[in-house]
Amino acid sequence: MNKKNGYMNPYLAGVLLGFVLLTTIYITGRGLGASGAMKSVAVSAVKAAAPEHYSNTPYYRSYAADHPQGPMKSWLVFEMLGVLVGAFFSGTLSGRIGLKLEKGPGVTNVGRLAGAIAGGFLFGFGSQLGRGCTSGSALSGMAVMSYGGIVTMVAIFGGAYAFAWFFRKMWISR
Amino acid sequence: MAPLIPDIIAPEYNFIIAFIVGIGFGFALEQAGFSSTRKLVGLFYGYDFTVLKVFFTAGITAMIGVLLLGHLELLNTSIIFVNPTFLPSAITGGLIMGLGFVVGGFCPGTSACAAAIGKIDGWAFIFGATLGIFTFGEFFPFLEKLYMADPQGPVLINEVLGIKPATFALLMTLIAIVAFMATGVIEDKVNGKAVKIFNGQWKNKALAAAIPVILVVLIMVTPSRKEYVMQKLEARAAAGECKPDLIDADQLAFELINNYYQYNVIDVRSPEEYQQFHIATAINIPLDELHNPAYRELLNQRIQTNVFYGSTPLQAKQACLIARYHGNTTSRALAVTAQEFKQLFYEYSDMPQNPTKEQQTLVLFRQQAAKKMQEIENNLAAKQKPVKKKITRVQGGCS
Repeated sequence: MNKKNGYMNPYLAGVLLGFVLLTTIYITGRGLGASGAMKSVAVSAVKAAAPEHYSNTPYYRSYAADHPQGPMKSWLVFEMLGVLVGAFFSGTLSGRIGLKLEKGPGVTNVGRLAGAIAGGFLFGFGSQLGRGCTSGSALSGMAVMSYGGIVTMVAIFGGAYAFAWFFRKMWISR
Repeated sequence: MAPLIPDIIAPEYNFIIAFIVGIGFGFALEQAGFSSTRKLVGLFYGYDFTVLKVFFTAGITAMIGVLLLGHLELLNTSIIFVNPTFLPSAITGGLIMGLGFVVGGFCPGTSACAAAIGKIDGWAFIFGATLGIFTFGEFFPFLEKLYMADPQGPVLINEVLGIKPATFALLMTLIAIVAFMATGVIEDKVNGKAVKIFNGQWKNKALAAAIPVILVVLIMVTPSRKEYVMQKLEARAAAGECKPDLIDADQLAFELINNYYQYNVIDVRSPEEYQQFHIATAINIPLDELHNPAYRELLNQRIQTNVFYGSTPLQAKQACLIARYHGNTTSRALAVTAQEFKQLFYEYSDMPQNPTKEQQTLVLFRQQAAKKMQEIENNLAAKQKPVKKKITRVQGGCS
């Protein structure tokens, strides 16, 4: 472990993450994911708040057909519950637990929260169009050499670099 | 052979396994520093390339692992989930996600890690992401055309580039090593430090970089387990050590019309050829797939004798040798090809002029046998076809 900041050596962490992904593929035949669990939450909210709309819309109907036991009974929901536990465990181990709002220099709290919500909104929306996010499409796609997954990965990181200059005030003081 | 679910571990345990690998996933991400938004976006402003190092290392570790397991036949790579390719939606969605990354400072997986250790911005990002997914669902009718445009199925990048999987893995590994060195230089420059390419421990670093390269090169130069088995079989066959028993066309026809249930006739040609013509009661397992463990049980049925045939006598013999290699001792190969069998029974059964007694018997037998085999086939078609184990691709992805 790197004593300066308490984080693991990035290459070691990468190998660890790679082995977690490899184990997942070896046992289940599928990769990791993240946005799918948030989709389960979104779909469950619609089901609870507007049951009629839920049963009338073809989009939710096809989702319900894929998840006969209900939207929360999904592989990725259980996996993400594990992520929360694993991250909490790691944070406890390295003493990083605590309510905190992390932001760039000179950004207000409200500004940061608005940015996080807006960024989340875009990421969530994009992940549906791209059939998965950085985990499900880019990382897992790379592991199995999926063409679509690698194209998505290049688009995510390429897009982020292309837009980074416009939002530099949010992160760096220069 | 893996994947372990559903054949070795029951699918009921899938959610428990999801939870356990999730813990590993969350732990690795948090330890890497992905719960910190400033560390994540550092990648895009050049002051911290941790994301690139972790992401690339993880991707390459898993990629080489999958390749190696497939090479050793420990993992059936033909059924694992491969994200399907839809270029227009992948590129549009990816660019929107890239924008979301620099605005929000997280991606979904990392926001969950941040949320787990109490970062309020992590929770805000999750809230936004859920809202974004909801919005996509509500506007789906307008987006469906873009979403479904240009479906290419589960294409692999090495197929698109026209290279072998191992070559692609080697390429990625070399790119990663160069990228790690280059970003180290950029990082030092942006942070105003003195630029050092190998700041100490260069021996360890060189060793760490050499391991994946050596692994991929080994995969490239050694035959896969399947190739190794086939080579060994061919060598044995060439040495005359293991001659498959041949069965004559007329003998097979005789056995089929009298006791077809004792024979497991297997057509090792392509499904298209099988569709055009096949011998009565035959099932189709292309030669390339015969080695697949899914068929092992079928090949080792005790009551039935396997009879293989193909489009060349060699194909039938190879199939027979594969079955023997996997423990079946009674397999036989048809002495004639599928085409010859068809000609013998269905095309040239006219009586020659001035036939000898023998010729007469043979032609009559073949005519009758052809009729009878057709009958058996029709009767069987009405019933359930003999087992053909369905091998389906694993479902996965983020949707």
